[in-house]
Amino acid sequence: MNVRSSSSFSAILALGVFVLASTLASQAPPSSVLTVLARDSRRPIAMTLVNDQEFVALDDLAAAFQLAVREEAGAITVTYKSKTIVLTPDQALASVSGRLVSLPAPPARAGRRWLVPVEFISRALAPVYDVRLDLRKASRLLIVGDLRVPRLTAKYEAVGAGARLTIDAAPRVTSTVQQDGERLTIKFDADALDAPNPLIAPQPAPALVQAVRLVEPSTVSVELGPRFAAFRASTAPVDGGMRTVIDFVPAQTTAETPAPSTAPPAPTELPPALSQPVSAIRTVAIDPGHGGDDNGVTGPGGTKEKDLTLAVARRLKAAIEGRLGIRVLLTRDDDRAVGLDDRTALANNNKADLFISLHADGSLRKTAAGAIIFSAAFPRDAEQQARASLAPEPLPTFGGGLRDIELVPWDLAQFRHLDRSVAFAGMLAQQLKDKVPLASPPVAQAPLRILESANMPAILVEMGFLSNPDQEKALAGADLQTALAQTMFESVVKFRDYLATVPTR
Amino acid sequence: MSGHRTLLGAGVIAVAAALAWLLFVALPGRYGPTGKGVGSAAAAGAAPTAPAPAGRKIKARLFYVAEDGMRLVSVERDVPFGEGTVQQAKEIVAAQLAPAPDPLLSAIPAGTALRALFVTANGDAYVDLSRDVSAAHPGGSIEELLTVYTIVNAVTANLPAVSGVQLLVEGKEVETLAGHVDLRRPLAGNLSWVQ
Repeated sequence: MNVRSSSSFSAILALGVFVLASTLASQAPPSSVLTVLARDSRRPIAMTLVNDQEFVALDDLAAAFQLAVREEAGAITVTYKSKTIVLTPDQALASVSGRLVSLPAPPARAGRRWLVPVEFISRALAPVYDVRLDLRKASRLLIVGDLRVPRLTAKYEAVGAGARLTIDAAPRVTSTVQQDGERLTIKFDADALDAPNPLIAPQPAPALVQAVRLVEPSTVSVELGPRFAAFRASTAPVDGGMRTVIDFVPAQTTAETPAPSTAPPAPTELPPALSQPVSAIRTVAIDPGHGGDDNGVTGPGGTKEKDLTLAVARRLKAAIEGRLGIRVLLTRDDDRAVGLDDRTALANNNKADLFISLHADGSLRKTAAGAIIFSAAFPRDAEQQARASLAPEPLPTFGGGLRDIELVPWDLAQFRHLDRSVAFAGMLAQQLKDKVPLASPPVAQAPLRILESANMPAILVEMGFLSNPDQEKALAGADLQTALAQTMFESVVKFRDYLATVPTR
Repeated sequence: MSGHRTLLGAGVIAVAAALAWLLFVALPGRYGPTGKGVGSAAAAGAAPTAPAPAGRKIKARLFYVAEDGMRLVSVERDVPFGEGTVQQAKEIVAAQLAPAPDPLLSAIPAGTALRALFVTANGDAYVDLSRDVSAAHPGGSIEELLTVYTIVNAVTANLPAVSGVQLLVEGKEVETLAGHVDLRRPLAGNLSWVQ
């Protein structure tokens, strides 16, 4: 009785599954999804596979892009504003505002709906549509408008005892890498990412890295395995893009110690990393110039210096913190007025090792252009005063006795760091020269108030002239801001390496 | 004999008295406390102390924004003669603050006026300008440097007795004009900002 009941149930279940499968087949279920990505929305459009060709329904496109579709006299007419696209059911062609374009297949009917090959979007719709349509068929992505959606390609490989993850982003965008518990997050300065998910095949356990996947529109998450101990991240521009390299260092466990051997242990073949264990730069102070009531220079197009300096400062902070793992202080992180002494006081009191003040220039001559990097200059008598003050002075201490204390006048604090400031200015100019327009000469020394009280190497970067309409436009754009932040980041790395070669003070 | 001695003594006293009058009354009254020599320790206020002879001019180097906007150019121009360092410095600064003739372009904000000018014993000039020099300044390190060194160079390049210039605004020391160049101490002339 039990056996018979069981057999009957199985037969009914099998029949039900067959019926359900048949029903779905007759409705031509979507085989995949095309993601339509706009600035404020992300919506799926079903794609149907017909003869190995991906199709989308015309009425889905009509709903998404405000198209009117009507069928008459054996033709399908798609209208967008005053422009028309005419399709013929049995022809792999479309007439787009009177111009013929080819399609990989003719339109196909599915019940009462018309399907068109997905290439219809790029070849027929994009030419008549007001906003840019970028169809990325391989990643089933349709980008509407001027969004930054870099393509990511990832490679994961073993290197010595460790491993390396290489992610190329094209076109070029900056990224920051941060450890967040048992995962690293790689945040790209983009609206979305065009990448397979997961980015790499799952790794067998025990691994340094278990998985790499997209978790947010512009973030990649690297899930760390039990062997993970540390990482080093670096970023460098490559042809047409930006390459992020993360080297993973394994933990040294006794369980995995190989048997004693007469051969010397193989060195860990990790490349030079950007974040060395001991660094002469542990804290960087970034000073976005002006703020609050003080707009600084305002360009003819309305760009305010205070906004530009803050935008670049934030990018630079993210780059330095994310890739070097060192502390970055901003003298202001919003639109407010901060006194000049308060700015250097923040750097001095936090014992910053480098001070970078960001500004944009202005000139009565509209043609004036180019970035300039300033270091401080002192009048002759101030130099004499500073030299005299550098001699230690014995002062009584709280517990009794005397102690040699260096008393450096606040407004002359920069004096003893001046040679290093000049060196850093030169390095930055060298790094900037192929990437942004530079003034001639690109470095200068001047009695700039903000630099004189900085008790560490300090420079002021005038990133370009907001008074020049062309420069204003470029400076207000993400590309130049990214290039400036990236180049300043690279210069910080160079300067850190330089400091390792000169005697400490 | 005694009469002669008395007469000689009276003459000596009279000459001494005349010399004393000349030294302590007549000459100071004529030249006043401001002095006129280079390096004089005296100071002068805004009011002219000794009007220049009408029409007399000197050639002075004045400074304007170069074509590229990144430097100054110096131009030799006629400036009214001023009696003494202070008065001459005032004439030079006044000429520098005046609207620039075409095609020259001044780095000094329009409307800036000279309020006062002093020269100290050690050769530092204090140039007190109206608030327009700061309030109407367009900003930017380069533009601010050009504004400051227009004045500093105009005074130091034409008056060898002046070695440094400190700008004041509305009679007070200021940190900067627009957030960049330190004005808390006198600045020496700097021709590296001149083409």
